[in-house]
Amino acid sequence: MAQPYLSLEFIDKTFERNGTRSEVLKQISLGVDKGEFISIIGHSGCGKSTVLNIIAGLIDATSGAVFLDGKHVDAPGPERAVVFQNHSLLPWLTVYENIDLAVSKVFRGKKSKAERHAWVMHNLDLVQMAHAKDKRPAEISGGMKQRVGIARALSMEPKVLLLDEPFGALDALTRAHLQDAVMEIHARLGNTMIMITHDVDEAVLLSDRIVMMTNGPAAKIGEILDVPIARPRNRIELASDRTYLKCREAVLKFLYERHRFVEAAE
Amino acid sequence: MSVTQLNLKEDKKPAQSAQVVTFTPSPATKPFGTRLMRNARQMMAQLLPPLITLVLMIMLWELVCSSPTSSLPSPSRVLEESWELIAHPFYVGQGIDQGMFWHIFASLQRVAIGYALAVVAGVALGVLVGQSQWAMRGLDPIFQVLRTVPPLAWLPLSLAAFRDGNPSAIFVIFITAIWPIIINTAVGIRNIPQDYQNVAKVLRLNGFEYFAKIMLPAAAPYIFTGLRIGIGLSWLAIVAAEMLIGGVGIGFFIWDAWNSSLISDIIVALIYVGVVGFFLDRFIAFIGRLVTRGTANA
Repeated sequence: MAQPYLSLEFIDKTFERNGTRSEVLKQISLGVDKGEFISIIGHSGCGKSTVLNIIAGLIDATSGAVFLDGKHVDAPGPERAVVFQNHSLLPWLTVYENIDLAVSKVFRGKKSKAERHAWVMHNLDLVQMAHAKDKRPAEISGGMKQRVGIARALSMEPKVLLLDEPFGALDALTRAHLQDAVMEIHARLGNTMIMITHDVDEAVLLSDRIVMMTNGPAAKIGEILDVPIARPRNRIELASDRTYLKCREAVLKFLYERHRFVEAAE
Repeated sequence: MSVTQLNLKEDKKPAQSAQVVTFTPSPATKPFGTRLMRNARQMMAQLLPPLITLVLMIMLWELVCSSPTSSLPSPSRVLEESWELIAHPFYVGQGIDQGMFWHIFASLQRVAIGYALAVVAGVALGVLVGQSQWAMRGLDPIFQVLRTVPPLAWLPLSLAAFRDGNPSAIFVIFITAIWPIIINTAVGIRNIPQDYQNVAKVLRLNGFEYFAKIMLPAAAPYIFTGLRIGIGLSWLAIVAAEMLIGGVGIGFFIWDAWNSSLISDIIVALIYVGVVGFFLDRFIAFIGRLVTRGTANA
C-alpha cells in the first residue's frame, strides 16, 4: 500500500510542568490523502490543537513522527501554512503588506517583483478582499481579517493547509460565508486541508472525513467517520439530506453519548 | 395558516413605523462661515482655560512679590531687570556671555549626543535582555541597582575618567536616559504575542528578518514609552550636570546668575528650560505616534 500524502505515526505528547507530567496525546496515527479535507473534532481541552501544532511543527511530539510527501517534518515551514484561530495578522502592516510579507519570503528568487505583486493580488481576489488591500487589520471586521488570514496561508502555496478553529470567533452568519468561501477554494485549488473545529455542522459540511478525538488526558483518535456526500455541497439542500443527517447524528452520538465532556475530571 | 398571519403582521409594522417617523433633513453642508466659527470656538475652549490660569498665577505672583523687601522679584521686575536677556536671545558675546538661544542650543547638543547614544545602546541591551532568559537573569539585577544611582553621582566618576567637562556631561545624560529605555524595550520584547512568533516560524524568518519585521514593530509602543521617559530624565539631568561643569549651557547660566545675584535672569532661564522640556517630550511623543500608528490598537 502506498504511503499517504501526510501521515502521523504513533504521536505521543506529554507536557511537563513543575515536575508533574501530563499525558495529552497517546498513539495518534492518521493518514491523509492529497486533496482531502479532514476535520478534527473533540471537546475543548482534548488536545486537538496540539495535534495541529505538531503537524505545523510549532510543537515537537514527545515520540512518533509526521511525514509529508515522503519527508520527515520536525520544524515549522511555509509548506504547512497555518490559518490561526485569531487571524494573527500583523497590525502595523496593511492587508496587502501582510500577504506580501509571506509572498516575498517564500518566493524570493523564484518570482519576479511583478509576479509577486500579481500573486498577492490573486490571493486577495480569491478571498474577495482585494478592495481592502490598503486597510490595516484594525479597520476591517473579524470575518474580513480571517479571510486575509486564509489568503496569507494560501499565498504560501502550502502542501497542506492547517486551519486552527478558523471560524471560532465569528458570528454564525459570517461563519457560514467563510465556510462557503473555504469550500469554493478547496474545490478550485484541490488543497489538502486539516481543520480543527468544535462545530459538528461545520465538520460534516466541509469534510471528507471527520476525526473524532476522545477526551483527555491521553486523548486518542476515537473514531474516523467518512462523509460520503458529493461535492459541491449546498448547506440548504443538505439540511434535509439523509446522509448529512446521519453523519451529523454519528458525530453527536460520539461526542455526547460515548465521550461526554466531564469538566475538571480529577 | 399561522405563518401567513405572522407574515401579514410583519408586513404591516414597518409600513406603519415608516409613516410615524418623520425624517427631518438637516442642512447637509453648513455655510463656510459657521464652520469657521465652530472651529474657532473649539480652539477657544482648548486655549482659554490655560490662559486664564496663567494670567491668574502671574497676578498672584505679582501680588505676593510686590513689596520692596521681597526676596524674589515680581513678574514686572523680572521684565524690567532682564529685558536685555529676553529681547536678545541670539546675542553673541565673549565666553559665556551669550544669548539664551545659544545656552539652550549648547545644552540641547549635549542632550542630543548623550540621548542618541542611550537610544542605540538602550534598545540593543533591551532586546538582549528581552530575548534571552540568561541575559535577563544575569543583567537585570545589575540594572536594577545601577538605575537607582542619581545622575549627578556619576559626574565625579566620569570627570575622573574623561578629564574633561563636555564628555562627562554627555556621559551623565547617557547613563540617566538609558535605564528606562532598556527596561521598557525588554518588557516590549517579552510581550510579543505568541501568535506573531508563530507567524514568523511558519514563514521561517531568519534572525534579522524577525528583528526588523516582527520584533521592532511589535515592541515599538513600549520602546517609545521608554524613549519618552528617557528624554524627560535627560533634560532634568543636563541642567544639574552643567551647573557643575561650567561653560556655555543653560545649567551653568543659572548657576552663574545665582552667583551674580541675578534672580530675574534665573526666572527667565527656568521658563526657557520648562518650555524646551515640554517640546522635547511632545517631539518624541509625535515621532512615536508616527512610527507606531496602527500598532497600538491591534
